[in-house]
Order: sequence, then C-alpha cells, then structure tokens
Amino acid sequence: MNAHRSIALAATLAASLSVAAMHAASAQEAEAPSREHWSFHGPFGTYDTGQLQRGFKVYREACSTCHGLKLLAFRNLSDPGGPSFTEPQAVTIASGFQVTDGPNDKGEMFQRPGKIADRFPPPFPNDQAARAALGGGLPPDMSVLAKARGYEAGFPWFIFDAFTQYQEDGPDYIHAILVGYEDPPAGVTLPPGAQYNKFFPGHAIAMPKPLSDGQVEYTDGTPATVDQYGKDVAAFLMWAAEPKLDERKRLGFQVFVFLIVLTGLLYFTKKRVWHDVKHDPELIESRPPPEYPKS
Amino acid sequence: MTTISAAEPSRRDFLYIATAAVGAVGAAATLAPLIGQMSPDASTIAAGAPVEVDLSPLAEGQIVQAFWRSQPIFIFHRTKQDIARAQAADWRTLRDPAPDSARVKAGHEQWLVVVGICTHLGCIPLPHQGNFDGWFCPCHGSQYDSAGRIRQGPAPLNLPLPPYQFVSDTKIRIGETAPANA
Amino acid sequence: MSANSIYKPQNPVMQWMERRLPIASLIHSSFVVYPTPRNLNYWWTFGGILSFMLGAQIVTGIVLAMHYTPHVDLAFNSIESIMRDVNYGWLLRYLHANGASFFFVAGYAHIIRGMYYGSYKDPREVLWILGVILFLLMIVTGFMGYVLPWGQMSFWAATVITNLFSAIPGVGDPIVTWLWGGYAVGNPTLNRFYSLHYLLPFVIAGVVVLHVWALHMVGQNNPTGVEPKTEKDSVAFTPYATAKDAFFIGVFCLFLAWFVFYIPNYLGHSDNYIPANPGQTPTHIVPEWYYLPFYAILRAIPSKLLGVIALLSSIVLLAFLPWLDTSRVRSANYRPLYRQFLIVFFLVVIGLGYLGSQPPEGGYVIAARILTAYYFVFLLIILPLLGLFETTKPLPNSISESVLREGVPVGASAPPPSGARG
Repeated sequence: MNAHRSIALAATLAASLSVAAMHAASAQEAEAPSREHWSFHGPFGTYDTGQLQRGFKVYREACSTCHGLKLLAFRNLSDPGGPSFTEPQAVTIASGFQVTDGPNDKGEMFQRPGKIADRFPPPFPNDQAARAALGGGLPPDMSVLAKARGYEAGFPWFIFDAFTQYQEDGPDYIHAILVGYEDPPAGVTLPPGAQYNKFFPGHAIAMPKPLSDGQVEYTDGTPATVDQYGKDVAAFLMWAAEPKLDERKRLGFQVFVFLIVLTGLLYFTKKRVWHDVKHDPELIESRPPPEYPKS
Repeated sequence: MTTISAAEPSRRDFLYIATAAVGAVGAAATLAPLIGQMSPDASTIAAGAPVEVDLSPLAEGQIVQAFWRSQPIFIFHRTKQDIARAQAADWRTLRDPAPDSARVKAGHEQWLVVVGICTHLGCIPLPHQGNFDGWFCPCHGSQYDSAGRIRQGPAPLNLPLPPYQFVSDTKIRIGETAPANA
Repeated sequence: MSANSIYKPQNPVMQWMERRLPIASLIHSSFVVYPTPRNLNYWWTFGGILSFMLGAQIVTGIVLAMHYTPHVDLAFNSIESIMRDVNYGWLLRYLHANGASFFFVAGYAHIIRGMYYGSYKDPREVLWILGVILFLLMIVTGFMGYVLPWGQMSFWAATVITNLFSAIPGVGDPIVTWLWGGYAVGNPTLNRFYSLHYLLPFVIAGVVVLHVWALHMVGQNNPTGVEPKTEKDSVAFTPYATAKDAFFIGVFCLFLAWFVFYIPNYLGHSDNYIPANPGQTPTHIVPEWYYLPFYAILRAIPSKLLGVIALLSSIVLLAFLPWLDTSRVRSANYRPLYRQFLIVFFLVVIGLGYLGSQPPEGGYVIAARILTAYYFVFLLIILPLLGLFETTKPLPNSISESVLREGVPVGASAPPPSGARG
C-alpha cells in the first residue's frame, strides 16, 4: 500500500508538469534559432581570428552608424584572443573614428581622431538623439549584446546544454535575426515602421534589414552572403562581449587537470587514512558467527 | 584506534607528501590572481600612454604643467640667463650632483622637462619662487634651481626626469624615449 | 577518546601562548581529537563544503569590491571593466557569481541531509534553528548581491521583492519607501544593498560559529540516528573527517570549475546583461534558480498578502520541524513511510523550482497550486501524523553494530528505544 501511495503522488506530479508543458508549447512566439557551428564552442573552442576580422568589417560598414560598442577600446582590437589586428592597424582603425575631447582652452568640447586608448565613440550623443534620428527606435549598444540575448531551449534541452557546454544562444539568436527577414505571412499586419522577422519575439522588428548579399567585400575569399555576414558579425559580437573566452577555456583546462590530480590524491589519502578503521581488528573480532538459514 | 603498522611507512608517507605538495601548489596558484588583481589594470596602463605637448605657445621664461600617468610634469622654457645660471653652478657640490647637460636634451637646452613632485614628501612645488630661479615647495621649504636640482631644504633628490623625446623642435612626447613607430 | 585528547604543548612559545589565549587547544579539541561517528557518509561533508564556500565568497567578494562602483550610472560599467581590464577580473567575477549558486547547492544538500536523517530532532533543535537562520541570511545576502550589477533583472528583482513588504496592512507602503530610500528603487537602494551585502557574510560567519558550537555540544548525528555509545563508535575528527571533507571539497570544486570556466553564464539570465531600465519591465522576471521554489509558492497563492505569508512561512515553518515531526526515530532509513513522503517532498520542491521559472499561466498555475498544497500538507499534517502512526524498522543497538551488521541486530524482536539521549 505504501508503494501505491507514492506512485499515485508521483503520477500527480508528472501529470501537473505535463499539463503545464503542453500549455507552454502553444504560447511560443518566435521560432527558435538554428544552432550554428561556432569555432569557440566547447572546452577547446577558440575564436577564429579571420572570422573576427571579417565580423569587425561587417560591424564597421553595416552596423556602426547606429549601434555603439562603448565598452570596447580600440586597443582591444590588438589584444590576444581577439581579431588580433597589429597595433599599427588598430591605430589606423582608431583614427577612422571621431572622438569627443575637451574642453579646450576656450572651454569648448571638440572632435578629434580616435587614439588607441579611446573607447569606441557612441554613434549618437544620447538616447533621445538616436530616437529622433531613427523615427523612434533605439538601437542598443552591442558591447555585451551576445550575452544579453538568447532563447529558451526548454526541457529537456536545458539539461543537455549543461553537459554539452552550449553557451552560444546569443550568437545563434543574432545570426538568426540577421537572416530572418522575410515577407510577412498572409493576414499579418505590422505596426508602422516595423519589418517582419521570423526569429524576433513578436515578429515586428524596428531595425530595417541591415545586410544584403555582396554588401561587404571579403578579401579572403569567404562567400559574401548575408548568412556568412550574420555568422561573422555574431562571432565578432561574441568576442566583444566575452574577450577573455580563449584565456578562460585555456586556464580552465589547466585547472581541470590540476583538480583531477589533486582530487585523485585526496581520494587515495582518504582511503589510506580510513583503511585501519574500516578493517578494525577489534570490530572484526567482536563480529558474531554468521547465521545459518533455518531449514 | 589501532596503530598503523611500520611495514609501509614510505608508501603512505609518499602519498601524504604528494597530496600536501600538490595542495600547496594549488594554494599558491589560487593566490596569484587574488594578488595580481590589485596591479594596475589594462585601462589604467592604456591611460598612461605617452602624451604629446606642443611647445610653441610657451614664451621664454614660461613654465606650464602637463599631466602624464596622473603625475604633473613641469615644462620650463628657460631664458638665456636661466641656462647660464644653471650651467654656472658648481654641480659636484650639490646634494644630488648633476650637470645641467644631464638635465636637458642636447640641442634643446632651453627646454627643461621634469616631474613636478617634490622628492621630499610629494607636494607640487611652486614655479618662479625661491632663491635659485626655479621652484619653491611650500610644504617644508625645499628649493630647486632652474635645472630642477635640489639646492636647499629637506628634499633628498633632484626633480625626476620623465622619459620624453622631441618629435619636432616644437613638440615633445612625454612617456617615450625610443623613437616612435610609424 | 584516546590519551592525547588534551593538548599539551612542548614548544615553549606555544606554552606561553596557551596560557594567554588557548586557541591552539580549542582547535585541537574541536577539530582534531573531536569524536566523530565512524559511519558518516558523504552527505556529512557539506558542512565543511559550506564553510569553504563562505570563505571563497568572502575572499572573491572583497577583491571584487576593490573595483566595483555602487552608483546607478557606473555599476554596470564597473563590472564590465572588471571583466575586461582588471587582471583576472573575469575569473574573480565568475567565481563569485557561480560560487553563490554552488553555495546554495551545498546548502540544499546540507538541508536534505538534515531532513532525511532527522538531524533536527532532540537535542539538536537549536542547531537546526540556527541553520534556518543561516539559510535566511544566505537568501537575503544573495538577493542583495544580485542587485549590484544593476542589470534589468537586478533592478526588477529589487522592485518586486521590496514591493512584497507593501502587502503588510497599514505600514506596508511606508516600510517600502524606507527600504528604497526614495519613491522607487534607485541609487540610495543600490548603495545600502552594497553596504549590507558586504556586512551580512560576516554576520553569517558569526552565526556559523554559534552553529558549530551548538553542534559540538551535542555531537554529530549519523545515518542510523543512534547516538555513539562507546569509544568504538567514534573516530577522531582529524584525520578521518578532515580527509573525507577534503576529498569531497575537491570533487565539489571540479563541478564549480566546470561552470566557472566553461558555462559561466548558464545559471544566470541573459537579461541581466541589459543595463537597468526603470521604464521597461522584462517580459518574464525570474529570480536565480535557488529562489525558484519559493517564487513559485508566492505566485501560486492568488491573494497578495497570503502569497507573501506563504512565501515566508514556507521557510520559517522549517524552524519548527523538531516539533512538527513527532516521530522518536531519527533516520529515514528506519522510517519507510516517512522516507517516501520525504522523497516526494524533495521532488515537489524541484517541481516548484521548474514552475517558478515558467510564466504564471494556465496549466503552470494549477500545477503550482497542487505542489504548494503538498508542501504545506507535508509539513503541517503528514509529519505530525506519521510520527504517531508509522511503524518503524528496528534500530541497530549501536553504530559499531550497524557498521558490522548493516543495521539489523541479531535476535531483536521489538524495536529498541529510539536514539533520544537519556
């Protein structure tokens, strides 16, 4: 009777959860993005320098007029583990941006070419200026965008993801948005100024389609398609959000090896310490003779 | 507790010693980032990059103050008399002996570039004051001459020379000694 | 206890010190020769793990505090500066954030051990209540810490949780204004949360001292629930428990390292990488995973005040466990009915946790209400009744015997008296 009671309780639990799960599925809005292959995925993943450089080019030519990168400094472009531009290249990139400095001796703020220690200047002086220039929309700064976006994979994926080390829901989402522009399905009306995007929650996105095939020239032979642009800029933005990824995973491997060795030694130490207690002759002596089965 | 037999001390001891040693290595490795995080971070180091100063606005006899690595830097456009007096001093008898030629760059003797922090206890000395045509520190009375050398008062050393170089006759870059890369 | 149980220093410096401040003998009697039941399993290592994690959080927290700026305009960027520019800043931040999660993992394991083996029963009631106080302090500390990055979740979690106090009739709104230091969550709120987040871990450390003191007055419980009777039942804390704790701390650190180095943002929410916007609420406000069961209970009750009362009582009721559970047998190993209800209770809490992460719509609400009902029925009805009506399995006569005979004494007929101390 005890077993039946616990089965009944467990069944109630399972029933409640499955009712809840079915209901949740119908409430899904946008499609889940496809999971792309990323060079920085997994315990031995690293950024692909070529991809980050291409991604920076896409950012510079297609995104930087509206989207800032204010937590990044130009010097980061030549840091190890990133696009790895040379320092002269980073200096050149910096000088291509106009940075506000001052006040000068007349008390005025002035514009000057960027230096390598400067951070990326914001494309608009403040949020209100951005909205005024863009008809109400506010393009978010993209410094941590790849970590600020993601999607719910749902049960049981979120359990598998902890084992497969899936942390790329942000880049997958960004890539999906960039390739997800299409004509709205029949019967769907969009608010004024919005476009239809398959993967954007609610499907009505204020950002006009930013990329078309061939828009950005790639000099290394990589296909110049929107899909490729999307992957490259998403990888670049992941680096912008998490510049220490390469170093983190490398140190992680060393820490893991060390901890496995140390834990192994501690295990054998524990076994050795407990050996005599577990084989205590006093206890063994006081053990009564074994019981024989009654016939 | 029963006593451990003496038959295998070496194997047991090796295990305990190995564990303790690996643990000690781990403890030291853990300490490294905790101590290292207090060192200047990347943005501070980047902000300490060399600074360029345009010398053309300075009139003869004028002293201006720039900043490099959060330190005040005095830039003194010396007059001919300032240079003469600095060169005439018997530098070997000074507390911190240095000839005037060691305080300036060859061919640019009219420009003195020194760190504006009194070597006594760190106050900023006042320009064009004191008896030696240089600076007077109001905190404890140290006096520096027109080459920034300590002449009187408790300071032990001359005003330090920052690394700097002339990118042109009218512009210096403070924070760099080697010629700049393209 | 063996002959060397009293610390007698040979070294003259130590003799000098012992006469003036006997720390060495205190450590010796409390953590070296202190008698520990010989049959403790790995569930008993979580106390040591919790102490280790408290130390780790304090150390990483103090160094992070050297770089963090507690101002609404600067906080988010100061943490990004820690992640990008401070030497090993990314490591310290991820250690602290994931360390908080693992602090709760160890805390919940510690509570599970206590509930399963009856560690809250006489004479360990005060020990248990101190533990509930520690759990509450952990919850408050973790909540305030999460506000500090000043992301969207930080801000809105602060708004929602401080608004709970407005449920108090009459004085609720003035209390909330007082908590905020303004008319909404803002800079004064952030500053005081920072101050208190720095303070509370040291309060936790102080209560931990009381907790360990209370423990040492009565001794550890053990998997049989039968108190140690003879010398054979116990071993010295060092090296036996120390070696076991050290090993399992190593295992625990491996799990922590998996998160810190490979999936550091897995337990967090991406919305907290959006700087706080007081003008826009995120679509789904979710607390960190360790608060989810209680969040589900709060939302399951339709009334605002009753929901808050349910939330608080779901934790405070735990303090009354020594009296709610009327059974005189401690360990669930010998209480088959209690064991089943308890395992369902743990599954219910996990289920509530899942429901707390989902939007409060449709089937989720019904499920949350069912599971919340079980939670309270278990504590208030099932536990008291079980003690009166349950048939328990016979207990071993002693720990040594259980180690030998796996719990069943030879020739026993009626269950021997339960492990209550004479």
